[in-house]
Amino acid sequence: MSANVNTALPLEYQTEQNRMNILGFWIFLGAEIILFGTLFATFSVLNARYAGGPTPHDLFEIKGVMIETILLLTSSFTMGLAIFEMRRSNRNGLILWFVITLLLGAGFVFFEVTEFIHYVHEGATWTTSAFLSSFFVLLGTHGLHVSMGIGWATMVIIQLLRRGLTPVTARKTFIIGLYWHFLDVVWIFIFTFVYLARMVA
Amino acid sequence: MMSRINWHDFFIVGNPLILGSQIAILLTMIGVVAGVTYLKKWKWLWREWLTTVDHKRIGIMYILSGVLMFFRGGVDGLLMKAQTSRPELKFLDAQHYNEIFTTHGVIMILFAAMPLLIGIMNVVVPLQIGARDVAFPQLNALSFWLFFAGAMLFNISFVIGGSPDAGWTAYFPLAGKEFTPGIGNNYYAIALQIAGIGTLMTGINFVVTVLKMRTKGMGLMKMPMFTWTSFIASVIIVSAFPIFTVALALMTFDRIFGTHFFTLSAGGMDMMWVNLFWLWGHPEVYIVVLPAFGMFSEIISTFSHKQLFGYKSMVFSIVGIAALSMLVWVHHFFTMGSGPAVNSVFSITTMMIAIPTGVKMFNWLFTMRKGRIQFTTAMLWALAFVPCFIIGGVTGVMLAMGAADYQYHNTLFLVAHFHYVLIPGVVFAVFGALYYWWPKMFGHMLNEKLGKIHFWLFVIGFNVTFMPMFFLGLDGAVRRAYTFSAESGFAPLFLVSAIGAVILAAGFAVLCYNIYWSARYADRNISNDPWDARTLEWATSSPVQFYNFAKQPEVKSIDAFWYMKKHNEGLTLKEEEIEEIHMPSNSGLPFYMGVIFGIAGFLLVFEWKIAALVATVGILAGLIVRSFDYNDGFHVKVDEIKQIEKAWRGKDKGVNNHVS
Repeated sequence: MSANVNTALPLEYQTEQNRMNILGFWIFLGAEIILFGTLFATFSVLNARYAGGPTPHDLFEIKGVMIETILLLTSSFTMGLAIFEMRRSNRNGLILWFVITLLLGAGFVFFEVTEFIHYVHEGATWTTSAFLSSFFVLLGTHGLHVSMGIGWATMVIIQLLRRGLTPVTARKTFIIGLYWHFLDVVWIFIFTFVYLARMVA
Repeated sequence: MMSRINWHDFFIVGNPLILGSQIAILLTMIGVVAGVTYLKKWKWLWREWLTTVDHKRIGIMYILSGVLMFFRGGVDGLLMKAQTSRPELKFLDAQHYNEIFTTHGVIMILFAAMPLLIGIMNVVVPLQIGARDVAFPQLNALSFWLFFAGAMLFNISFVIGGSPDAGWTAYFPLAGKEFTPGIGNNYYAIALQIAGIGTLMTGINFVVTVLKMRTKGMGLMKMPMFTWTSFIASVIIVSAFPIFTVALALMTFDRIFGTHFFTLSAGGMDMMWVNLFWLWGHPEVYIVVLPAFGMFSEIISTFSHKQLFGYKSMVFSIVGIAALSMLVWVHHFFTMGSGPAVNSVFSITTMMIAIPTGVKMFNWLFTMRKGRIQFTTAMLWALAFVPCFIIGGVTGVMLAMGAADYQYHNTLFLVAHFHYVLIPGVVFAVFGALYYWWPKMFGHMLNEKLGKIHFWLFVIGFNVTFMPMFFLGLDGAVRRAYTFSAESGFAPLFLVSAIGAVILAAGFAVLCYNIYWSARYADRNISNDPWDARTLEWATSSPVQFYNFAKQPEVKSIDAFWYMKKHNEGLTLKEEEIEEIHMPSNSGLPFYMGVIFGIAGFLLVFEWKIAALVATVGILAGLIVRSFDYNDGFHVKVDEIKQIEKAWRGKDKGVNNHVS
């Protein structure tokens, strides 16, 4: 609320309210870690309970999962480039990399939905077994986060186009950056513990 | 197969008690609407309250809702006590009794204790740290409206669709679709989810507020104890509530979308629910009790006229309790087959909690030692808390012994134990805090004479109600049983307990009358510091002006306001020190979000999935509007500040009069 402006800091950290928003978002991410941690714990308890339904060996194919992984990891890198351009006060560069990030994210969501549809056609829905319930809810929660992130980021891009780089738009962009990298980290855990570990086992 | 919801299940009919409530609710609603219209207060209600982002007003709305819900939960309790007052009574049937003990538990913990504590946190914490508001004022309003939407959704269950009836713990498989096919438990899953999201945001808000908004000079170790306990409780909220969010979501998926997380069929695991529930549920106990401990600390210190004894050990104790609170959840189900090794570990961690709690007890006692104790109503609550809470704590250590727990579990001994923890630990604290901070909120005191009547009735009623339940439990009376036989020999103690409940209720009635009486007749000409208190909230006007402090105070020691009074520093305000103050604007968006969440939740409760999805679009619309909202608040002009400050500083019982 107080002005307390410090222009020596990067744009997104300049006002007190911005600093509070960013700290608040870090704490929110802490809560998100607990949320995903609980979902991972649920998956690890239920992941061998097939109830006569399909197993990971029957379902998972490495190709689609690799494409999803590469898309999302690359999008994290381009998100980094977007923030880099923001620090250089280059709004158009920022928007360019931001849009590329979202396209990669949309690609990820597309391939994930395709994968899910494929599973459903094979008779593997979230009502089939406890394993599939926990699988779909864990991945679905992550996928929903990515989708919400795309919608949210689109709003911010519109604001960047309208208002340019201000402390407020810079803060919003920076916070989405944090969110995007966080989802990337979650995906690395999903890739490792859901796909790789279950396919090797 | 999913069972469909039929229209004839919509309104609960055929039970005279519920019919009476339906009529009463309808009449009350008509009365409220008519009253507000008659007094032409709609605009005022909207502008001053429903759209407010002022932490004090949000706090007052929380407290008001909490008192209302305490009444609702209390009526549930009285109905249970009436049913068990005599053997084989037919006042309530088994199903109705199941519903009532379920809603009693949920409402008292989540919709009475939580809002009362969060409400007082809202009013007091920003003042105690010398801030002008919380870190995210509009988010704070959203938290309240989500809580309120959840509470209302839960409360209509008993007239529309049917109440949840699987206990406040909602254990699977009972709470699943296979064994509870109605929609009652959908209310549980969805109403608590909506309120829980609000609570999580409150947690984040207060962590940032305390970390970032403390006034100049207030280091962490100079914070008042209530701020410390609120801060730690907020940290626990952030770390525990996401678990509940997930557990409730999985419950919703199981019940409404046919997944298999906790079901008996298709590989689900019912014990998963029990673990997830208590992984949140035990920390939740500390979320409600820690702020209450902070309230007692403030009250005892003020009315003993001494600095709190062992400040540092208090801080380490609450941090220790917070850490341990995450490590004890299995003690809620020792008998569910974890085995002796696991039970032993959790027995030990549970007993360890008694250590920091004991430290706090001794600190309160040593604070009182050699103090000039003033027996105000607030102080009486703190004094009664000590012995009552110790009974609760010691029986808790009895229950903590895994092997012995096989004897106690599922009996009224346990019920007596947790009421002896929660009522002195939370309810006494909230009552004490209301008497203590009432002048800060409303600019007039609560009547002390009525307060003492309230106190004695309530404390005596409480002990008469719950003490017999220890002995009933040891004799083998099980909890959640709607009746008992005459041959059991339980009748006399059950009757005593029922009589106690009436005394307890009479005490609460006196509080309500006191609120009414004081609002009408109490003296408005009171100073900013009527108790000769020690912390910063007393350095500013009563009731507090909307910007809290014309000039944010500078802190030099613990009990900052006491220091200011002793050294005569910072009590007066020079005109040239006044600067424009930047404040956030009101917003109708949080209210809208509460309404739309309530609608979406209601539709999902009835499993009208498409309609619920459509309502979700309304939620997204609210989020989009918020994203484009660039309202940056407004500036309060110097002249206006001067006027407001002059008004309260001019009073004959102003701030300087209390310097001793």
